[in-house]
Amino acid sequence: MALEDRLAAAMAAAQGGDAAAYRALLRDCLPVIAGMARAQGVRADGIDDVVQDTLLTIHKARATYDPARPFLPWLRAIAQRRAIDVMRRGGRRPREVHDPVAYEAHADHEPVPGQALETRERDRALAQAVAALPPGQREAVEHLAFRERSLAEAAILTGRSKGALKVNLHRALKALRLTLTRDKGEGDV
Amino acid sequence: MSEGPPGTSARHDRLLEDLADNLTPVRRLRTPWLRGLSWFVGAVALGLALMPLADVEGLRIRMALPDLRYAALGALLTALTAAIATFQTSVPGRSASWALLPLAPTALWVGASGLGCLRNWVAPGTNLADGGETGGCLVFLLAFSVPLSLALVLMLRRACPLRPNLTAALGGLAAAAGAAALLVPFHPHDATVTDLAAHLVVVAGIIAANGLAGGRLLAGEAGRG
Repeated sequence: MALEDRLAAAMAAAQGGDAAAYRALLRDCLPVIAGMARAQGVRADGIDDVVQDTLLTIHKARATYDPARPFLPWLRAIAQRRAIDVMRRGGRRPREVHDPVAYEAHADHEPVPGQALETRERDRALAQAVAALPPGQREAVEHLAFRERSLAEAAILTGRSKGALKVNLHRALKALRLTLTRDKGEGDV
Repeated sequence: MSEGPPGTSARHDRLLEDLADNLTPVRRLRTPWLRGLSWFVGAVALGLALMPLADVEGLRIRMALPDLRYAALGALLTALTAAIATFQTSVPGRSASWALLPLAPTALWVGASGLGCLRNWVAPGTNLADGGETGGCLVFLLAFSVPLSLALVLMLRRACPLRPNLTAALGGLAAAAGAAALLVPFHPHDATVTDLAAHLVVVAGIIAANGLAGGRLLAGEAGRG
């Protein structure tokens, strides 16, 4: 079956709730989206962002696909728009400048001796503190802080509103700050 | 598959699995033609429901004049074509050229309304609007534009306008033209230059407000990933 027909059939099945067809469709779309982003002029370091944003938009917009029409133009329109968004965001980032003094004064990223032990200890305390959070707050921390997802991505994946996620994250950070400060205080004594 | 740095593939896989795990069946959107037509039929039904309050005899006399007849027809066609263009541009993969669909009806609507103003000079004694009546018409235009715009936004909530500002501006044009068409049976006088100018300002305001508020609203709904 040609790619176009396969993708159209998989999307029609996904609209009906077929997760296996959807998984296969998204997997087939990955190289297609990357190719479309490259053709649009997106730099190599921005391709992954385009792919991720396009996957999320496909998920949100899946009800708009009409199986009577070809799938690839529908996908191309989304990928091209997300590519433009990524290029715009990239255009607003500060550009690298030649500055020998700043280069010389740049701090070394290598860990200092003993830091690994300290980091492991801190990670363990943090994991315990996060596990003790209520489910909503834990979910917000995992998606927004640990997995570094955007609010829009997290909202889709958790089914919660962006506002609820923000509130949960805020409360979770406040609780974590309290817990970790207390633990540190107890440890110091 | 992926050509980015190490970890790229895992990142895509994780998102892909999350999206597939969160998949729920969706009801397909009906075609943009059908949705545009549904909105237009709703607006016409609203007008028909209000007909008992209209000055039918006055309407019959005014519709005998070609410019008023064409202005009303232009407003109706603008509402219909702008609504279809709104829904067409809210679906990925549809051409942005759909935005040109309401151009000709808009030209008819604005042109015929402008010609009506000339009657002030060529046919003195025509029933013209005073300040109070013009104010009443503007309130009417705004009062009907808001629910018509809201109906469009509601019907667009599951769509994915990739150019949210264009879609919202077209929606504003549809709502403004729909309100202007609904105003016709209740308009107790003929057009004047100030009347037309005031209408144009309100219509432009409605389009701009839809473009700004609706653009953000629609972008928040689905336009952004």
